[in-house]
Amino acid sequence: MLNLNPNIPDPDGFYEELIRSHEGLSTEQSDAFNARLILVLANHIGERNIITQALEAAK
Amino acid sequence: MVATRYKTAFQLYPYAKVDAQDNAAARHPVVIVGGGPIGLALALDLGLKGTPALVLDDHDGAGLGSKAICFAKRTLDIANRMGAGQSMVDKGVVWNVGKVFHDDHKVFDFNLQPEAGHRNPAFINLQQPYFEKYFVDAIREAQAAGTPIEIRGQNCVTAVENHDTYSTLTVDTPDGPYQIEADYLIACDGARSPIRDMMGLSFDGRVFEDNFLIADVHMKADFPTERWFWFEPPFKGSGQSALLHKQPDDIWRIDFQLGWDIDREYELDPDRIRARVDAMLASQVGEVPHYELEWTSIYTFQCRRMEKFRHGNVIFAGDSAHQVSPFGARGANSGVQDADNLAWKLDLVLKGLADDTLLDSYATEREHAADENILNSSRATDFMTPKTEVSKTFRNAVLELANKHAFARPLVNSGRLSVPCSYISFDLFGDDSLNGPDGTQPGMTCPDAPHGDGFILDHLGGGFSVLALASEAQDVTAHGITAKVMSLATPSEALSARYLGDAHQAVYLIRPDQHIVARWPSFDPSAIAAALKTAVGKA
Repeated sequence: MLNLNPNIPDPDGFYEELIRSHEGLSTEQSDAFNARLILVLANHIGERNIITQALEAAK
Repeated sequence: MVATRYKTAFQLYPYAKVDAQDNAAARHPVVIVGGGPIGLALALDLGLKGTPALVLDDHDGAGLGSKAICFAKRTLDIANRMGAGQSMVDKGVVWNVGKVFHDDHKVFDFNLQPEAGHRNPAFINLQQPYFEKYFVDAIREAQAAGTPIEIRGQNCVTAVENHDTYSTLTVDTPDGPYQIEADYLIACDGARSPIRDMMGLSFDGRVFEDNFLIADVHMKADFPTERWFWFEPPFKGSGQSALLHKQPDDIWRIDFQLGWDIDREYELDPDRIRARVDAMLASQVGEVPHYELEWTSIYTFQCRRMEKFRHGNVIFAGDSAHQVSPFGARGANSGVQDADNLAWKLDLVLKGLADDTLLDSYATEREHAADENILNSSRATDFMTPKTEVSKTFRNAVLELANKHAFARPLVNSGRLSVPCSYISFDLFGDDSLNGPDGTQPGMTCPDAPHGDGFILDHLGGGFSVLALASEAQDVTAHGITAKVMSLATPSEALSARYLGDAHQAVYLIRPDQHIVARWPSFDPSAIAAALKTAVGKA
């Protein structure tokens, strides 16, 4: 089951780090960064059915 | 001459000439510059402990206009310790529910209602002039009982000369200038601190490129008493975000985020403001209700702090030392905690019961608190005002997901509301040999809980306390300071949950500002004496 409940400790710190990682990037570079990030995270999840549920949740 | 910089809402301390103006400079142990919430709270706290405090203010009462409006539970607990809390809660608007909207739909709502069994609510809304009035009322009452506090209105400090162990102040009055000397000078003179400027000290930080329009509106409306916050509001001309919040006296605070490049004069035109307010109110009730504009202003803000809050015998507290954006109500609330932290330390030092170096811990602890407040309010501001395309994309993604999925809600940030600062692992704190709840570990503030007909916080603070739960205990004295015992043979259920957890008994040492110094599973007078020494910097 895809976990859609809060699961990240220090949510504000996570969000700040996420936004900061885009600092100085052009829109194109940011898009590419996001794409890489999604692939890295998807690999970490690893479970195909969870990834499918995540793709659905993001729609 | 003393210039009038603003109108006052209440005249609280009219100018009266004192003999000191015609005499040679008299020495005072503590001179507090600024009669705002922080200066008044500090003066009352010192006075009640028996240490004389002189407050100088360049006006004669509480300034009119938009200032602090949200007071947090911790502030109310501190005010209550000094006898000024109940009138604030009686007058204030208690609120617990906040709703967050994005465009025309609700993203989610939250309830700040704390667990049961606390004297004070999570928050009240109360205009700052009332806060000042209630503190001055409490000071007048204390003065009548002989407490050594003096407030001199229309006394404007125009020069400071710092010597090794004292400061000489030149004070202007309607009858001309005079001089006084202070062993300790406490600058509670606000974000534009003249004392800071006179000493040539910097105040660096981050400027946020945004303008917020405040409209305090008087109307009879039956909106619920809730905090309503909109990201990208649907009503015309409201800017990137908007806020609606109730204050006492049928006043509603409305905030519009206007952006950076604006024409201030034009935006402050009452017709233009009314058009914005009309659009907002009509979107909520279907028509424009009758209302009057009570107060309007445009503000920008910065997040910054002084590098050091202590400079010799001059100490900065409140906005003079640190400034944050208003989201989170961390300005006045953190300043009152500054006063709470400083008063007992100054008192012990002036009574010769602690070394002057104890005051360094005020700076260390409150600089840490300021960093925490700046971090939280900067993050809220960055969420509300995304600085780049991609951060706006993420922000709006969070808002869209939060509508459907609980996981995204903790990421929505319209202000993280002020909570008490904890000093876990700081120098003045000691043993944690009780396997007790996290909420009462050394460094935290004491949580409230029912006790008898009242509450436990009514019995703690002012001086050091030994709180003994289901344990034998006695007063403990070290270095001339006595921690008075407060024994509870059978603590209430809530009190047990908060202070005992799985333990059957416990002994706590508690500071005068209700921060927990150390805790043990049983009464050990030598351990308590050692912790007491540590707590006053005598380790």
